[in-house]
Amino acid sequence: MYDTSDIRKGLKVLMDGNPYNVIEFQFVKPGKGAAFTRTKFKNLLTGAVVERNIRSGEKLEPANVETRDMQFLYKEGGDLVFMDQTNYEQVTIAADLIGDAHDLMKDNLPCTVVFFNERPVDVTLPTFVFLEVTASEPGVRGDTSGNVQKPATVETGAEVSVPLFIRVGDTIKIDTRTHEYVERVNKT
Amino acid sequence: MQRGRVVALLDGAAIVRTQRAMLTVADPPASWRIGMFVDAASREVIGGREHWPTSNSEVTRLTPARVAALEARARALATVRGFFAERGFLEVETPLIVPSPGLEIHLDAVAAGDGYLITSPEYAMKRLLAGGLEKIFQVCKCFRANEHGPHHASEFTMIEWYRAFSTIEAIARDTEELVHAVCGDQARLGDRTVSVAPPWRRMTVRDAMLQWAGVRVAGDEPAAELTAAIRAAGIEIADGLAWDDAFFTAWLARVDPALAALDHAILIEDWPAPLAALARRKDGDPRTALRFEAYVGGIELANAFDELVDPDEQAERFHEEQQARRDRGRPVYPIDTKLIAALHEGLPPSGGIALGFDRLVMLATGATTIDHVQTFANSER
Repeated sequence: MYDTSDIRKGLKVLMDGNPYNVIEFQFVKPGKGAAFTRTKFKNLLTGAVVERNIRSGEKLEPANVETRDMQFLYKEGGDLVFMDQTNYEQVTIAADLIGDAHDLMKDNLPCTVVFFNERPVDVTLPTFVFLEVTASEPGVRGDTSGNVQKPATVETGAEVSVPLFIRVGDTIKIDTRTHEYVERVNKT
Repeated sequence: MQRGRVVALLDGAAIVRTQRAMLTVADPPASWRIGMFVDAASREVIGGREHWPTSNSEVTRLTPARVAALEARARALATVRGFFAERGFLEVETPLIVPSPGLEIHLDAVAAGDGYLITSPEYAMKRLLAGGLEKIFQVCKCFRANEHGPHHASEFTMIEWYRAFSTIEAIARDTEELVHAVCGDQARLGDRTVSVAPPWRRMTVRDAMLQWAGVRVAGDEPAAELTAAIRAAGIEIADGLAWDDAFFTAWLARVDPALAALDHAILIEDWPAPLAALARRKDGDPRTALRFEAYVGGIELANAFDELVDPDEQAERFHEEQQARRDRGRPVYPIDTKLIAALHEGLPPSGGIALGFDRLVMLATGATTIDHVQTFANSER
């Protein structure tokens, strides 16, 4: 069993017989009250999101899921197609079931696919992906504000905030959990 | 002179991070390297080490935004001290390591040496009131184990003040004026604003629970009865909860989000007796405690009591709290016998309050997490 200190993004739990994925959580504690973890869960089968306040000390039942390493092949309409490289088996998952991370997925990206009762229900991306910047305004010379971010589009079409010195053609490292720029990785 | 660190070198330009800004310097000298300290005006290298300023999590980078937050924090602190000095309060400093930290059921203390770090300076400050001081305030660090969240940090700064020969009403006015002095007419929460111009609106706990949760709270009903009423209101709740856990289940599900949506500050007053803590009960209404909580845009900013002055009732509540801690398997701390002794000598009628300084700075700056207004966040220690 899990308790509130185990709650983190991606934790898979079983509630009322359905598998859920933790997508957001926040520590809350009303004055003179117990600590709770305000948690958003996504139903892995339907995509429906529910919010529950889990009291410190309450237990959560782990969902019996299995994971397999698979390679992302391509997007087809609203679906994502993956292949198991050991047996070439292909599976399809609706893109909107996995949130906004799919716009960071490049063909051939190694991913982890989550199965519940042999049905693919979720995808975990590598923590970091490396993508080329395909469009971004040049940094404005003389900009002396404290805010040094500008929007950039990467090869998969996702938009990411980057520092001013990033240029088209640069390869950047992106954290898939937060969609945030981490660093520039091309040689200088 | 414009000193700063070179954080990027581009074609024909360098970006220099100074304390307050990011400067773009055209055609930088060839000797400049990323990581060096330079003077952007004279173009001299001042020092520092050449290195790539990436991915070293041991180094905390003070961006201009962070420096601005530290400056806002320092200004707020100066405003707070000036506020109390103007009103004739004496600033005090009581011990941070004590034998008896707070007994509140839901607070865990951090052990330190031969005692514990305080979870609040309340007990010691009340002893000063019993000793004859009338208006006192303190700004100090408090420590509460295992509290980390957007509004919580295990180590945080509290403003606590007391007025002897006074009531909770005077404390309510102080609170409104202090927040107004620090934040102006509008407090900020991310890109929202919340009016904090005095006087603030008021609502009782029972009205808030009835209006927003659809639950009628008496204060002396059994926990099972409260749980049934909460379930009847359509709120998911487990059986077997203690009274306070049942209450806060409904509070968090319905009242807390409603308070967060208000565009004005509010004082939530008249807390049911099981949540009295160290507050005096209302004359003629033992089910209600003279306590208020100040909420600004969903941030619970402060908690005030009309202070319990009866030594016997205080001792009894301490014993009950010890028992409740034992029942729930939590560490049981010793009773502060010096506070009980001081109450026996006599405490004048007094009002007192604890206000989270970090949260106040959040409201002054629009920060959405306490990490952004503390000098080093928990993960950066």
